[in-house]
Amino acid sequence: MEFKLILFYVLSAILVGSSLGVITSRNPVNAAMFLVLSFFTAGAVWMLAQAEFLAIVLILVYVGAVMVLFLFVVMMLDINFDRLRQGFWSYLPLGALIGILMILEMSIVLGGQYFQVLDTPLPPELANSSNTKDLGLLLYTQYTYPDQVAAAILLVAIIAAIILTYRGRKDTKRQVIADQVAVKAADRLRVVKMDAVKPQPAVTAAPESEAGDGAAK
Amino acid sequence: MDAMIQVGQNLFGAAWPLIWSVLKIVAIVAPLLLAVAYLTYFERKVIGYMQIRIGPNRVGPWGLLQPIADGVKLLLKESIVPTVASKGLFILAPVLSIAPALVAWAVIPFADGLVLADIDAGLLFVLALSSVGIYGVILAGWSSNSKYAFLGAMRCAAQMVSYEIAMGFALVCVLMVSQSLNLSDIVNGQGKGLFADFGVGILSWNWLPLFPMFLVYFISGVAETNRAPFDVAEGESEIVAGFHVDYSGFAFALFFLAEYANMILISILTAIMFLGGWLSPVGFLPDGFFWLAVKASALLFCFLWFRATFPRYRYDQIMRLGWKVFIPLTIIWLVVTGVWLISPLNIWN
Amino acid sequence: MNPYVLDLITASPEVLVLAMGCLILILDLFVKDPSHTSTFVLTMLTLVGAAILTLFTSTGEVVYAFNGLYVDDLMGDLLKLVLYLTAIVTLFYARPYILQRPDLRRGEFYVLMLFATLGMMVMISANHLLTIYLGIELLSLSVYALVAMNRDSVASTEAAMKYFVLGALASGLLLYGMSMIYGATGTLSIPEISDALVANASNPTILIFGLVFIVSGLAFKLGVVPFHMWVPDVYQGAPTAITMLIGGAPKLAAFAITMRLLVSGLLLLAPDWQGMLLILAVLSLAIGNLAAIPQTNIKRMLAYSTISHMGFVLLGIVVGVVGGDARFALNAYSSSMFYVVSYVMMSVAAFGVIILLSRAGFEADRIDDFKGLNKRSPWFAAVMMMIMFSMAGVPFFIGFFAKFSILQAVVASGQIGLAIYAVLMSLIGAFYYLRIVKVMYFDEPIDESPIVAPMDMRVLLSINGLAIALFGLFPQTIMSLCAFSLLRSL
Repeated sequence: MEFKLILFYVLSAILVGSSLGVITSRNPVNAAMFLVLSFFTAGAVWMLAQAEFLAIVLILVYVGAVMVLFLFVVMMLDINFDRLRQGFWSYLPLGALIGILMILEMSIVLGGQYFQVLDTPLPPELANSSNTKDLGLLLYTQYTYPDQVAAAILLVAIIAAIILTYRGRKDTKRQVIADQVAVKAADRLRVVKMDAVKPQPAVTAAPESEAGDGAAK
Repeated sequence: MDAMIQVGQNLFGAAWPLIWSVLKIVAIVAPLLLAVAYLTYFERKVIGYMQIRIGPNRVGPWGLLQPIADGVKLLLKESIVPTVASKGLFILAPVLSIAPALVAWAVIPFADGLVLADIDAGLLFVLALSSVGIYGVILAGWSSNSKYAFLGAMRCAAQMVSYEIAMGFALVCVLMVSQSLNLSDIVNGQGKGLFADFGVGILSWNWLPLFPMFLVYFISGVAETNRAPFDVAEGESEIVAGFHVDYSGFAFALFFLAEYANMILISILTAIMFLGGWLSPVGFLPDGFFWLAVKASALLFCFLWFRATFPRYRYDQIMRLGWKVFIPLTIIWLVVTGVWLISPLNIWN
Repeated sequence: MNPYVLDLITASPEVLVLAMGCLILILDLFVKDPSHTSTFVLTMLTLVGAAILTLFTSTGEVVYAFNGLYVDDLMGDLLKLVLYLTAIVTLFYARPYILQRPDLRRGEFYVLMLFATLGMMVMISANHLLTIYLGIELLSLSVYALVAMNRDSVASTEAAMKYFVLGALASGLLLYGMSMIYGATGTLSIPEISDALVANASNPTILIFGLVFIVSGLAFKLGVVPFHMWVPDVYQGAPTAITMLIGGAPKLAAFAITMRLLVSGLLLLAPDWQGMLLILAVLSLAIGNLAAIPQTNIKRMLAYSTISHMGFVLLGIVVGVVGGDARFALNAYSSSMFYVVSYVMMSVAAFGVIILLSRAGFEADRIDDFKGLNKRSPWFAAVMMMIMFSMAGVPFFIGFFAKFSILQAVVASGQIGLAIYAVLMSLIGAFYYLRIVKVMYFDEPIDESPIVAPMDMRVLLSINGLAIALFGLFPQTIMSLCAFSLLRSL
């Protein structure tokens, strides 16, 4: 067996194992970490298929950003996951049935009876090109228009998320950063020039102050 | 070198490529760990002199054996796992913290052609790995089951996520001008240009045309490694030691190693992206690894200098700097670079 | 000229709406006025500007842009113009409503409306499965947010949740179908799919498989039986101003993508999809009309009436190609298009009247709220009566001609039984429309409070009502426009 094939099977086994870990682990943080592992392995599998850009972007975006935020949420929320998990065994037969159906469908589809694209070898001129560059070229020439529309969709998603969750509280205390930045040393600290020795007050002072002085001494 | 490869092939046969790779990895990691050890010594000395002290001077001549002594001490101490900690993750966290810091070295070119893995998407690889380093910190903070540790982890995660965006955009500017994601190509691209032809290569490097990005990248790098003045994640005066407050012994040492390895990594990357990597600043001196070491050391000195000079940033100020200053600045410079590239004034042809 | 610039000129209405959407979003940050009047005005100007650009870039020919991802033809231009008009009218009606409700009274309302409009424009001009999908998502995402915007209301949140979950499911169905079509033909571009079918270089099993999913996805978006479950709940739960948006303009876009997908792309599969659409249409006519009868909530009743109207629209598309003969097509499709346009006109007006009767803290969404409207405002009772008559298909209103032309096409295709069934169902439907008229004129008012609405809305609503009557007298104008635009586009 070729080394690449062995590697593929090892990675796939890890991928399947960690995906099972996601749905079976009791602790949500463990589940999230299993998900991170499965993203990593999926990236590695893609790397084997020479899709290095997609592989690295998967890690950069999903592991590096999405899962971090997800982990954040999972850690902050006090969700009783045991209660959410209660129906696990009663739903299992249905879920398993759907899973088996999906496997069957995929095997029919990939069986090659309907789609022949799988057997197409990579055109030789593409074998050595950088797929980052190729993807970029396609995305910004052929598919500029859907790319822009997709950008608009993401913008709408941001707007929607903010208007649905942000409630401007009236009672928050906040810093006025502009003022803080504009502060100069002279605003906070006044350097006063004064003599080291105070000149003696005139002797014709009121008797009370004399009494005070006496007390001070 | 060739003779050695020949001998190895005769000796190990089919397993040789694997062994050769392992040897190369050791050849990178061993000096790196040594560098980390002496960086701690260097740090204490530098900060000591800046504060008109002497620094470590008892163990060995001029205190030179101090890092070795520290290492042995940490190795021999007991690693305590708190009773209520989430054990698996508690042990996994330091590993996840050190691993990306070491793996990223695979694509670092030390000199022309001297690189473990010369991959095309090297820059993306570095970006991806630097974004993964955060897991060690978050998991450490959470699994310790301690408030201080958790607070530190939250601060750290928010900070690293924010500064990664600015770092990413700064690097996008670099890849725009060098038209490549390969780190060796990026360095070689800086060796060309008008000034390089006149023999003053130092003016052809990326730091000059991309000066704001150079600053943003390096400062974000300081924030990314959680070093002073951005060290709110540790914040020893507020939250004791932040995310690793409950770690001791070797597990603690791993966090320490990761932090310093990341510092060296950021310095080397800054040198590669903006300061011409192994290129010599002037035409009459030869290029070589020496220059990369000098540049990285100078940047590392800046890390220590910052720590000795600046007071710690307040948390909201860190967030403001990242989101409201650096990210807009990088986006604007992205547009500037793009316009520059298509304008007749383009200097990168 | 640079081809990319030419593309941008062809798509200039979309470019304008996108750019202004972003700009208004930023400008609104600096608006201190709580009623956001300047945002409103800018939004209106954007829509007017888009209409002008659409008129000026319209060549009457079929123009492709962005490597065939975008198409500009007369059908699209006409639908877009109706879309801008509907959006403008919707915003005018919505304005007093949202001004009374603090959660809705925000600049983002207008921005999301613009983005929803952009999504519909993208759908109307789509010439590629990718663009169709992205347009649908842009529209849906904006509308989900708008429905949920009234976030302290349990009904709105529930409606948004239902809409979101079912909408996502429908998008999934559509995508799955598209992927099957892609697998069978090897392309996502609609003309190329059509060519691939003509060349017969594709696998029929996979194609039919994909077609079923595509039709289901479209049926979801149109809201026809049996994919109609979301319609009544969302119509009732959403704030009335948003219901008006959901019930109006998106139907134009849904009609456009149905035409593009099924007629431009998959015409050779017509025998297959005709059967599917026929089932959808027959069921929609029955369930829409019958379920509307017991409703006590007028928004819910209008939701069921929408279902039955969409059934009528589908009838027109069903009878387009008879036995492989496409001679009937133009007439049938143009009558469908006419039906959609007139439906949008009536639907917006009907919700306009509901908003007219609503006020701060009070939604006039029960049929009882319409009791004795004649005593409170004879004129608006008359307007509502015209709308209801038109929806019921009473002669010499626009709705009558819409139904009539569809029935004509059905009869011309030789399906007399189907035509009789449709007439019967509209007769049943007439019952609940006329009940509204009855409560307005013959019942005593429960609520005696005077109608508070700004003058601009009153005037516009009156014009809208009169237009329903007026175009009922001259239906030929719109009908020939529809026929002409389809003739030049297909």
